[in-house]
Amino acid sequence: MATIVHAAETLTAGRLPRATVPVSLVGSVLLGYALAILFTGGANIGLAVALAYLLFLLVMEIATRVVEGPRQASDRRATNLVVGAFVLALLPLGSLVWEVLSKGIPRFDVPFFSQSMRNVVGAGGGAIHAVWGTVYVTGMATLISVPIGLLTAIYLAEYGVRNRLSKAITFFVDVMTGVPSIVAGLFAYALMGLLLGPGSRSGFAGSIALSVLMIPVVVRSSEELLKLVPNELREAAYALGVPKWLTIVKVVLPTAVSGLVSGVILAIARVIGETAPLLIAAGFTASMNNNLFENPMMTLPVFVYDSYAHPGTDVQAYWDRAWAGALTLILIVMILNLAGRLIARRFAPKTR
Amino acid sequence: MSKRIETTDLNVYYGNFRAVEDVTITIEPRSVTAFIGPSGCGKSTFLRTLNRMHEVIPGAYVEGEVLLDGENLYGPGVDPVRVRRQVGMVFQRPNPFPTMSIKENVLAGIRLNNRRMPKADQDDLVERSLRGANLWEEVKNRLDLPGSGLSGGQQQRLCIARAIAMEPQVLLMDEPCSALDPISTLAIEDLMSELKEQYTIVIVTHNMQQAARVSDVTAFFNIAGTGSPGKLIEVGPTDKIFSAPDVQATEDYISGRFG
Ligand SMILES: Nc1ncnc2c1ncn2[C@@H]1O[C@H](COP(=O)(O)OP(=O)(O)OP(=O)(O)O)[C@@H](O)[C@H]1O
Ligand SMILES: [Mg+2]
Repeated sequence: MATIVHAAETLTAGRLPRATVPVSLVGSVLLGYALAILFTGGANIGLAVALAYLLFLLVMEIATRVVEGPRQASDRRATNLVVGAFVLALLPLGSLVWEVLSKGIPRFDVPFFSQSMRNVVGAGGGAIHAVWGTVYVTGMATLISVPIGLLTAIYLAEYGVRNRLSKAITFFVDVMTGVPSIVAGLFAYALMGLLLGPGSRSGFAGSIALSVLMIPVVVRSSEELLKLVPNELREAAYALGVPKWLTIVKVVLPTAVSGLVSGVILAIARVIGETAPLLIAAGFTASMNNNLFENPMMTLPVFVYDSYAHPGTDVQAYWDRAWAGALTLILIVMILNLAGRLIARRFAPKTR
Repeated sequence: MSKRIETTDLNVYYGNFRAVEDVTITIEPRSVTAFIGPSGCGKSTFLRTLNRMHEVIPGAYVEGEVLLDGENLYGPGVDPVRVRRQVGMVFQRPNPFPTMSIKENVLAGIRLNNRRMPKADQDDLVERSLRGANLWEEVKNRLDLPGSGLSGGQQQRLCIARAIAMEPQVLLMDEPCSALDPISTLAIEDLMSELKEQYTIVIVTHNMQQAARVSDVTAFFNIAGTGSPGKLIEVGPTDKIFSAPDVQATEDYISGRFG
């Protein structure tokens, strides 16, 4: 007869008072700051924060271990480490947003969104040609990539499960994911050179370059999502005598649509900031160009690069425009993400 | 409106694994046939061969014949989609379409197949099917809400409504009541007795009383051991199977002296 030996007969355990965390946090910060001054003789923020964090970890560990026991102590340790890592990871993002905002705001004005750089040297001018260029080029890239990517994903997830062809496609898609963006740009440039004569640059060439980068992302994310759709739904449709293609179009895709939309938006966000391939394939210009198929087309990343790398005599004016361009780009990506979320929520399968 | 199913020496495979061996059985129209047997003996597998749902699993195939009123379901040129329109199926686990409302779920067979139907007929069909599945009273005020918002048992009855809305010749049900309370179970059983006036019904069940209550014919499947294929041991009128079966294993299983 084996009996279970209980470590403790009571069900209650010691609890730290609620104020422990804030109090020890403030204490550690003050002490860490003091120690940092003591060590370096000056106020070294980085060192102070690091010391404060270590002190906080130590204090919490000892306090929890003594009062609440070892299991709760490991729980707290893990929590504190994860929160620390999270804050550390957020720092660059916060700093980036701050930097772009503070430097981009001065030229984030009406002329920036109503004028191009045609005949502008020095201050003034705007990036409307680049904003539209980005919209055209990425829009076209999306139009090319989404059908190709989605159909490939449907083949992989629904028709070619585990057959040779789908294995080969998966392999090549993986290879494509790793293609450096500059190579995509050179490919598009060379392709258009073959088709339309050497040296031709156009927004469409840029779209092709971006598609090369976008298609594998769309394929991969869509395939994963289609595989997440439960097989039971497909079987339910088959059992009603629904042909396979109608099942895919009317059951599988609607069930996965919210994820598919998010995937596409992420893929757009991934390529919208590409600079190198657009530099080569779409070229740069100072004027508005509404024709995707002829003449170079400016895009925001290229605009930013160009303004920053080749400032004229009035350097500050060019750099201000570069930062405003960067800010615009970030905003576009943010709006895309928000729109994606809204669309995803709109289409998500409802339960109530 | 109701068709006879005959199989001869049917072998069912998952890749190299033979799950069901040499089943020869005749399923009479306008009757309820119950499949009973221990878990894993291939009841679901065999059932799925009767409307060609087995082959949607990669690597799965069937050897032998399934005759639906004399026409071989596995003959050359037979379109599985057409087969499934005549032989409906209710699954072990409820699987309503999560993107569709209750009403759309009932009409799924029509809408998904792009068939046109006047609005009034649609409403009529929805009500008839839901009443048939004993769900109408519970959902009549929320037909436009999502089907996945129903309880498990309600979802299963929704799936039954969806299947009978297609008015199939044969209705296959794989443990349709395993997620239902006694009241809904009774309703489904009554429904089966009603439906058998028009359809051929095949039901898989682990509930002996249910088999005894609803079925006219009972088929007992068994398996010799893990890894060996399931076999049809005995088939006969339910009264006989439950009172004086020919095979000892059947008697052991039914009386609970199994294994
Ligand atoms: N998709 C599958 N792939 C491979 N083998 C399978 C698959 N589905 C079932 N099997 C095997 O086929 C055999 C019969 O399974 P089946 O589901 O038909 O049993 P069952 O009689 O319906 O059992 P239960 O009463 O538990 O539902 C089992 O050995 C099972 O492991
Ligand atoms: Mg089963």
